[in-house]
Amino acid sequence: MTDHFIEDKTTKVTVAVDNTGAQKVDFNDLKSGGFIKQRQKDLFTVRLRCPGGRLSTEKLLEISKIAHKYSKKGVVHFSFRQSLEILYVDYKEFSNVVAELEKIGQKVASCGPRVRVPTACGGCEYNPNGLTDTQKMADMVDKTFFGTPTPHKFKTSFSGCPIDCARTKEMDMGFQGVVDPTWEEESCTGCTICSEACKEDAIASDPDTGKPIFDPVKCLFCGDCIRACPTEAWKPKRYGHIVRIGGKHGRHPMEAVEVCSFLPDEKVPEAIKMTIDWYNANGKRGERIGNALKRVGLDNYLKYMEPVFQNTAKAGA
Amino acid sequence: MSDSTIDLRGVMCPINFVKTKLKLEAMNPGEILEVILDSGDPIQNVPKSIKEEGHKIVEVKKEGDFFRLKVQRS
Ligand code: HEM
Ligand code: HEM
Ligand code: SF4
Ligand code: SF4
Ligand code: SF4
Repeated sequence: MTDHFIEDKTTKVTVAVDNTGAQKVDFNDLKSGGFIKQRQKDLFTVRLRCPGGRLSTEKLLEISKIAHKYSKKGVVHFSFRQSLEILYVDYKEFSNVVAELEKIGQKVASCGPRVRVPTACGGCEYNPNGLTDTQKMADMVDKTFFGTPTPHKFKTSFSGCPIDCARTKEMDMGFQGVVDPTWEEESCTGCTICSEACKEDAIASDPDTGKPIFDPVKCLFCGDCIRACPTEAWKPKRYGHIVRIGGKHGRHPMEAVEVCSFLPDEKVPEAIKMTIDWYNANGKRGERIGNALKRVGLDNYLKYMEPVFQNTAKAGA
Repeated sequence: MSDSTIDLRGVMCPINFVKTKLKLEAMNPGEILEVILDSGDPIQNVPKSIKEEGHKIVEVKKEGDFFRLKVQRS
């Protein structure tokens, strides 16, 4: 008896699930839902949906119990995209696993040609370098766009600062936190700490006064100068994201290109939506957005994105 | 004028910060600690950490390869 359904909203494929676990399972359907076939006969990896790689300890305790019950080998794996994978799950038990996960509010991830679970670093909530709330953004993107169909997979990530731990340069679409530093002469004592603190040589000290001489071309907008200045002469003018497009990993890695140098938080959803629209209109089936951009031309994309990216002038300008 | 001095030349991050923090915590609010730091990583990191702890950097002097800071305990 089937009393529960997991619907893959992207393909409208309905995977029948029942609590007795005796249901036939269609492997083709399951491919879209984060069940990954293992080498071992009948055994699968169940990949969980953990945006930003964050879990409450409460949920983790419950997941542990489920993993312990269903993993034939009693192991989990932290995937490279921050999801927790329960290994060695017998496909005949999928329905039970999913039902138990549902009960604790834990969803299964996606595979295939669609928007994937976003990854993110710790960001400004607790990382001292963080400039943007990467975890909040990842959660928002996951809630809004997860599973949206695209010509091929579409991976996003959020890094809180130019150190770029979340590797935005390798994403189909990546967002990296930046801050625009602004300097007020009155509070500056000419101590030269900011020019020492800047790792990019973007701040020279005036040989006479010790006061900073700022070079926006060299600046990465990391905010080290703001944090280091003892008198708050350097202040944050605004926070935002550098947006990068068309990166990927795999056999033929490509580096994403910067398409916007300062996008505020509130424009991120629109930028993603428009990019997905462009990709769906221009990308061929099985083509990553980076390849679509090469074939169709970056200008075409930029023109399409103008309504979102306009008036997002470069920081330091 | 400072109430105490800590010479952190040759001390690595983040031990230099931890030593500064412990020293400050042993002092009374408002007292001044003189901190001597190498240029490079130490001067890039220690002042911002001192600030994040709520203490005030009231004076900074560069002397060749190192910095002499006056920090007021919060
Ligand atoms: C049935 C469909 C698929 C399943 C179940 C699947 C499963 C997986 C899994 C489990 C990972 C590791 C994920 C992680 O570390 O979080 C992965 C990574 C990856 N997959 Fe797939 N995959 C599928 C289809 C594809 C296809 C069609 C491609 C490319 C054409 C692809 C390209 C990649 C790449 C490039 C990575 C790793 C790099 C990265 O994190 O960006 N996958 N996949
Ligand atoms: C466990 C499942 C899978 C994993 C981990 C995986 C992983 C990968 C990886 C890492 C790449 C290189 C991608 C890149 O260059 O970005 C790739 C390429 C590819 N995969 Fe998969 N894949 C999986 C399943 C599948 C399935 C089920 C299909 C098709 C039905 C598929 C079709 C392809 C194709 C066509 C490419 C070439 C794309 C390109 O080079 O641009 N993969 N896969
Ligand atoms: S990218 Fe920046 S904010 Fe994010 S973890 Fe790395 S250092 Fe911290
Ligand atoms: S924001 Fe720019 S000027 Fe300030 S420390 Fe970073 S790179 Fe240097
Ligand atoms: S760190 Fe602050 S006070 Fe010192 S020189 Fe730079 S701007 Fe002026």
